[in-house]
Amino acid sequence: MSPQVLKHPGLNLGPAHGKDDVAAESMMFGFWVFLMSDAILFGMVFATYVTSVQATAGGPGTHALYDLKSAFIETLLLLASSFTFGMASLALKYKHSKSRLIGWMILTLLLGMVFLGFELHDFSSMFAKGGVPSRSGFLSAFFDLVPLHGLHVAGGCLWLICLAGQILRYGLDTGTKLGIMRLALFWHFLDIIWIAIFSVVYLGGLT
Amino acid sequence: MSIAGLFEHPLGRLGLDSLPFWKMLEHPTRSDIVNGIIATGAASVVVLGALGLIVVLTRYRLWRVLWSEWLTSPDHKKIGIMYVVIAFVMLARALIEAGLMRAQQAYGLGGGFLSPDHFAQLFSTHGTIMIFFMAMPFLTGVINYVMPLQIGARDVSFPVLNSVSLGLTAAGAALVMVSLVLGKFSTGGWFGYPPYTEATFSPGVGPDYWIWALTLGSLGSTFTGINFAVTVYKERAPGMKLMRMPLFTWTALCTSILMIFAMPPLTVATAQLALDRYLGFHYFTNALGGNMMHFANLFWLFGHPEVYILILPAFGVYSEVISTFSGKVLYGYRSLVMATMTIAILSFTVWLHHFFTMGQSANINAVFGIASMLIGIPTGVKIYDWMLTMFRGRVRFTVPMVYSIGFILLFVLGGMSGILLANPTVDYQVHNTVFLVAHFHNMAVPGLLFGMIAAYHFWFPKAFGFRLNERWGLVAALCWIFGFMLAFFPLYVLGLMGLPRRTVAYTEPSYVPLEWVAFLGALLILTALASLLWQLWVSIKQRDENRVFAGDPWDGRSLEWSNSAPPPEYNFAVIPEVKGRDAFTMSKEGGTAYQRPDTYQDIELPKNSALGPVIAALGFALAFGLVWHIWWMVILSFLAAVAALILRGFARNTTRIVTAHEVRQQHLRWIDAVATATAIARADENKPANEGLAQHASDGVVP
Repeated sequence: MSPQVLKHPGLNLGPAHGKDDVAAESMMFGFWVFLMSDAILFGMVFATYVTSVQATAGGPGTHALYDLKSAFIETLLLLASSFTFGMASLALKYKHSKSRLIGWMILTLLLGMVFLGFELHDFSSMFAKGGVPSRSGFLSAFFDLVPLHGLHVAGGCLWLICLAGQILRYGLDTGTKLGIMRLALFWHFLDIIWIAIFSVVYLGGLT
Repeated sequence: MSIAGLFEHPLGRLGLDSLPFWKMLEHPTRSDIVNGIIATGAASVVVLGALGLIVVLTRYRLWRVLWSEWLTSPDHKKIGIMYVVIAFVMLARALIEAGLMRAQQAYGLGGGFLSPDHFAQLFSTHGTIMIFFMAMPFLTGVINYVMPLQIGARDVSFPVLNSVSLGLTAAGAALVMVSLVLGKFSTGGWFGYPPYTEATFSPGVGPDYWIWALTLGSLGSTFTGINFAVTVYKERAPGMKLMRMPLFTWTALCTSILMIFAMPPLTVATAQLALDRYLGFHYFTNALGGNMMHFANLFWLFGHPEVYILILPAFGVYSEVISTFSGKVLYGYRSLVMATMTIAILSFTVWLHHFFTMGQSANINAVFGIASMLIGIPTGVKIYDWMLTMFRGRVRFTVPMVYSIGFILLFVLGGMSGILLANPTVDYQVHNTVFLVAHFHNMAVPGLLFGMIAAYHFWFPKAFGFRLNERWGLVAALCWIFGFMLAFFPLYVLGLMGLPRRTVAYTEPSYVPLEWVAFLGALLILTALASLLWQLWVSIKQRDENRVFAGDPWDGRSLEWSNSAPPPEYNFAVIPEVKGRDAFTMSKEGGTAYQRPDTYQDIELPKNSALGPVIAALGFALAFGLVWHIWWMVILSFLAAVAALILRGFARNTTRIVTAHEVRQQHLRWIDAVATATAIARADENKPANEGLAQHASDGVVP
């Protein structure tokens, strides 16, 4: 394989995709920049959390509220979904059949939704133990950070569904290809954020 | 909440008492009547202005034009102009408010005529508007118009996103305007510090107006930053290397990078304050583990880079203006680029100097104090570069140049007071006095505002095809410069005499004379505003005498001057090849300007999209519903906005073609006009003889 110049960081469609590959250049770069801005958003929320973790105001703290087993399962689910999305990206790049691509996307969607289900279950059990956001500065910060990630995942799921709809309607045109490529970045980005949440919030909180 | 509960209060908190004259009718005391009349007058201006606009649009059947030529247009030039229009409208409002505040303070010995609450609303809206809905739209508009032309691009990278950004900004501005008519704006200042702005102490709609207006504006600015940065990196014409870019484009790039990184902290701060107020969270409350220092840190982590978001594009404008009107290459281009970048980076290391007195240790204060002083170095480099650009140049004292010179003199003074304030020990003495008010106005008015008005004069002929009236421009410029000095130099003294900022009234008689001087300054500034408006009117009336269709009225140096005025929608019939810095000057000197290409090609442009105005309307409805707790409106507009985005994802065929034939016709019409135009010497550029074609060395003259 001859070395090729990458048009943007990450998985490139490659010259076999012709004009779609050309169109990807500024679109994907723009999306990277957006993710950078989004990373700052998360950074600020992380900072809020880290500086508020002691501010329990006599309410329940990390040990009383967190469930490491559930958080670990969530981690595995999200990592698996990143893998399946990776497979979807490869199916796109190497022009596997459309049904295989959609199959990987549906699998990713299911994993994402199960993740969200686990997360909602976590939240409701925290609520049951008195861990509501209005209880303390610490809980406010927790419910800023973790649900913000959850909302991003929910948005990603909605985007996946819309993209599947676009593929069924238009096939793999420039719009759907670039949509999948951007969502892939978004999805892996959320995975990285989750790793940070798992390490800082759950592991850090239970040591 | 049940479905029925959603409609229990269909208008949420809105009631008759939200109207500005209601209190005056219920309690007709002297103070309530005075304040009620002022508030009602302001509200009437908004309502009558809106009605007048509707009548004019209907009378002259302009709705369709407005919709299809402007609101839905993805053309960066039109979007830029709309941004600047927003900026001027908001500037007028905020200046009138400033005049009112100065009048109150002039009469403020032992009372005055405004209630404390009304005064607090005035300084809160004045600051919020000037930063978020005057300065930001102004610089965004100028960058939008100029930067793609300077780099030889057809448009920004994401034209429809550009239109959405404009929509979000417009929605935020509209929200601030509506707050004049319904309810009250925040009284918490432009940075809205909690816990005062928490629901406990400010239960009304004021802080909510502030929160949502800022949220809309900051989202718009984030997308704008992304859009501009990608445009500069990806859309440059062949040969336009980074170190060949005009300095204005460099400052646009640095400002965009700052927007990308500095806007998210603001979004987080306002969102957290909203969660506190709406859902009882405890980020910044006094009780239950809240900590208002989080807000101070988040806000100024945005707020300080914001200062440089505002000032850098103005630095870019001055660089272009000074170089053009001195007829010289910009001195120290490389050092100016480095200084700009250095300022951009340092801007993230100084946020704490906004709250030296809020309890951190002396060592931490010292670190941030030193970092703050360091910014003086690159800024000083720039000042010297501009002066050396003028040195031995043939300086023409045009309106933009007058603003630039006023800027250099006044900005250095403001910088000096900044160095003073950067020293924590001095800061402790004068913090929260009007000394600080004098300082930041000294940076923002000559720095940012003069720069933007200079940009308006400089590029107006490019955008509209005719020059602005020079005489009235000069009147306005001098009124601005002297008005500024009268209005703000007394505040330095008053600050040292101990007058706290934001005081509605005072009991110290020795403040009175200087307050009156400041009031006179405010009146002079209002005269400047009136002169600008009159200048625009006169210029439109005389437009046929001052046409510069050939496109280069000032003997410009960069690519935006190398096409017609106004430029065609696709900017360049043929994308230029760039050989070095000052690309257009190079081609004029080399005799390669104004060429007739052998062939023309079809040009692909984005189709109009309703997404921008739709998001603007829905964003406004969402924010308005949130302010007034009209939950059905919140839910509906949110769902509609999501649906609009999804539908946009399903849109295809979003481009249209301008045929090579059309391009050829338009280009030849312009080239023929250039061929028949008379080239003029620089000395004649303000005479009607200026058709937009400048003499240059290749014509065998000394221009």
